[in-house]
Order: sequence, then structure tokens, then C-alpha cells
Amino acid sequence: MSMPFYVAPEQVMKDRADYARKGIARGRSLVAVQFADGIAIVAENPSTTLRKVSEIYDRIAFAGVGKYNEFDQLRIAGVRAADLKGFSYSREDVDARSLGNQYAQILGQVFTHEMKPMEVEILVAEVGASESSDQFFHILYDGTVMDEDRFTVLGGDADSIASRLEATWTPGLDLVSVLAVAVAALAGPDRSLVASDLEVAVLDRGAQRRSFRRIERTELPDFLPQS
Amino acid sequence: MPFFAASDDPGPDFAALARIQGLVPIAPLSAVDDRLRITHATTVVAVRYVDGVVMAGDRRATSGNIISHRAIEKVFPADRHSGVAIAGAAGPAMEMVKLFQLQLEHYEKVEGSQLSLEGKANQLGQMVRNNLPAAMQGLAVVPIFAGFDVRRQTGRLFQYDITGGRYEESNFATSGSGGSLAGSVVKMKFHEGLTRDDAVDLVITALFEAADEDSATGGPDMVRGIYPVVATITTEGFERVLDAEIAERFVGLLDVLASRDGGGRISETPSETSGDAP
Repeated sequence: MSMPFYVAPEQVMKDRADYARKGIARGRSLVAVQFADGIAIVAENPSTTLRKVSEIYDRIAFAGVGKYNEFDQLRIAGVRAADLKGFSYSREDVDARSLGNQYAQILGQVFTHEMKPMEVEILVAEVGASESSDQFFHILYDGTVMDEDRFTVLGGDADSIASRLEATWTPGLDLVSVLAVAVAALAGPDRSLVASDLEVAVLDRGAQRRSFRRIERTELPDFLPQS
Repeated sequence: MPFFAASDDPGPDFAALARIQGLVPIAPLSAVDDRLRITHATTVVAVRYVDGVVMAGDRRATSGNIISHRAIEKVFPADRHSGVAIAGAAGPAMEMVKLFQLQLEHYEKVEGSQLSLEGKANQLGQMVRNNLPAAMQGLAVVPIFAGFDVRRQTGRLFQYDITGGRYEESNFATSGSGGSLAGSVVKMKFHEGLTRDDAVDLVITALFEAADEDSATGGPDMVRGIYPVVATITTEGFERVLDAEIAERFVGLLDVLASRDGGGRISETPSETSGDAP
């Protein structure tokens, strides 16, 4: 009878984390930034049909990077959880914090118990009545939840994009200026991104009920600086 | 957070999801006792006009001979370009509307695109059909559905029966105890190319006449300022007509409505002195 090799748990976790990180780094990054009238989410995504950013609930958006089928499955589960909660209680009772925690539970569970961790990084963003009550929950492949403010970056190249945003982002920008900042940060100094490389959606602070709005690719050039 | 294996995934169907989660009430096993008076909502009407459709409903809910609500609302937006109006047992009807609204929104979010107007109408038909066991026990719900078909650029109307049968109507649709009365009024006055103003006047006249004959339908209540709920659905979406406008239109219609039967007054003492008697 053959004995399985002993592998230290530290090594198992490290291998899984490396595996997930590698998968995530293969995809392109995404930023969510606060501005005067809401939250803008800008993703580098050449596809117009396979979305990275989508609506979860009245004031809540979802964004994911990494393996599409995995974060899309999480997205649908989130829509279901939110709609069920709003149906059995009230629409006001659906919040990003609770959804973020549920996502963290699932990702943590999968990371420790399944063969393969999910190669995803997700964001649950909720637009508040004022800029101070906007919420960004950034959740990693292993279930780590980070409660961020002002802006958040998802993806393999997050650190350098975040440092660029740190330098250029200021509070109270309008939509056009914040998109310029976000797109420049995503692109970096050596590249420039055009409308056909981008997927953009906004959570509109002033909306009556459903605040999620896509800026379709056809209307996007109106919002981007002419290059 | 709900996760499913591929084989039993409910897809974009919220009603199926709610059933799996045990959130849908089961139909009563026997007829609802007569002593338990169920609240009923009545007359609703929808009419097609040049820009789309107008929907309206009176504000009365009754339990047997008792008026249980004076200001109930029976016309709701289903989504941006469609609306649903209800008649029948008020509790299950409200629940059906809530589920239907959520069903459309849920589909849109999960699938990333909207259902066609036809698809929405069929969905509502299935919900009415699913309510049949409850309807057999006395909790019938018979809605009407109307919307602006953005693909065909026209208003469309759908009427249902208790079994979920779905019937598309070309000009107008009604439901509820005063529905046939209101329908007759609309039928007499309907013509192709109704303007918004004419269409709104037509539906409130229809509801007025229905309230005149049917005790379960409420007329305008000028004392409390309660008027029918009227909404238009056009390319701009579902828009509720303001109460102030409805009140104004009723005032404008007073002469017309009064002239129909002399205001309903029957002269008791034939006057010999007055020379201007008709």
C-alpha cells in the first residue's frame, strides 16, 4: 500500500494561493472610483457581451476579474440572494456588507475545502446618499474581505494602478473627469485605452430606485477625453 | 447564498427560486369560509391610444358589503415599459404583483437583457395559472397587463382569465366586477388615434360609470381627494398621472356626466310656475 506524500499545510495553502493569483493575473484589471454623483466602475474588457460589471440590486453593483465562469456564477448567486432577501423582508434591508460577507464565506470555504480555489477577485460596491456613505467591499480568492474607501482596484496589476490613482484622484470630481482619471490609471504611462477596450458602468447617487446604469460603448466616446 | 448544480438551477426564473426556498404560499385545501371575509379589489381598465396605453383603476376594496379600503392602489408599474392592474382577492393579487415585478427585474439582472413584452405577458399568465388551486377556493386573481412594445413601437394590452388564459386585446382591456360596465363605456367611445387627453378622460369616465352601477367600485371622492389611479405607458416609460390632473379632469367632465341624466335628479313636484322645465 502506497502512502500519500506528506505536504505541510502551509505549503498546500501557499500553492493554492499562488495558483489563484496566477489565474487572476492573466486577466485584465478593473477600477471602481467614487465621484460626486456616485460610483464609476471601469473595466478593461474588449467584449461587449461577457460583462465584468453588473447590477446586483437597487444601489449595489458587482464586479469581478479572473475566470469568467467563476465570477459570473458568484454574480448570479448574489442577484439571487439579494432578490430573495428583498422579497422576504424589504428592499431597504438588502445591503452590500451582508452580501460581501456571504461572498467571503463562499470563497473561503472553496479555498480551504475544494480541490481548486476560485481564480477570482470580486467587488461589491454600494452607493450611499452621500460620498461618505459609499461602500466598497473588495473580496479576494481566499475570502479575505477588505473594506475600502474612495476607490479600489481589482486584478493582477492592482498595486501600480492603485498608486497611479492615489496620485491623480481627488474628491468631488464629475463623471467625465473621474473617467479620465480611471482610464489613465488603468492604462498606465505606456498605453492608451479607447472606448472599444472598456466596459463602464455607474451607480448613480441621485437615482430613485435602480441606480445601476451602463454607459454603452456607443455613448462612451462622449465621456472620454478626445485623444 | 443560493448555489445550484447545473441540473437543478432555476435560471432567471425568480418564482422557481422562491418556490425552492419555500417562499411561495400554498393554496388553501378547502374553500375559504364565508365568515372570513376576504378583501377584494375591483374594476381596472386599460385603453390603447396613439402614444401607447393608459391604465386606470378605482380605489375601493371591499370585504363582502364592507368597504375595507378607500384608497387602495390597483395599478402598478411592472417594469419601465409595462404595467399591471389587478382585480380579485387583494392579498394574493398584491403578492402576485410583487412577485411579477421581481420576476421581470430578476430576469433582466441574471440574463443581462430584458424579456420581450410577449414574454412578460406569458409570465403573468403562468402566475395566474399557478394561482388556480387558490382561485378554486375563492382567492381568484385576474389581472390585466399592458405595455409599450419597444420592438414594435406600439402599445399592447393583455387580458387573462382565471385559468391563466392569455388574450391579447387590440383596443382595450378590463377586469373586475365593474369591468364589463367600464368596458361598455370604453367600447362606445373608442376610436383609432385617441390622444392622451381623450384617453385619460375616457378611462375616468368609464370608472365613474362603473362606480355608478357597481357597489364594489369606488367613484371619485372629492371630500377626501381620492381619485382613480391613472398611468400612461409610452416610449418614455410608465408614468403615473398626478392626482391634481385627475381632479381637474373630473371637474372638466362634470357637465358632460351631469347632462347624461340631468344629474340623476328626478323632479318630484312638477312645477307649474317654472317655464324652463325640459
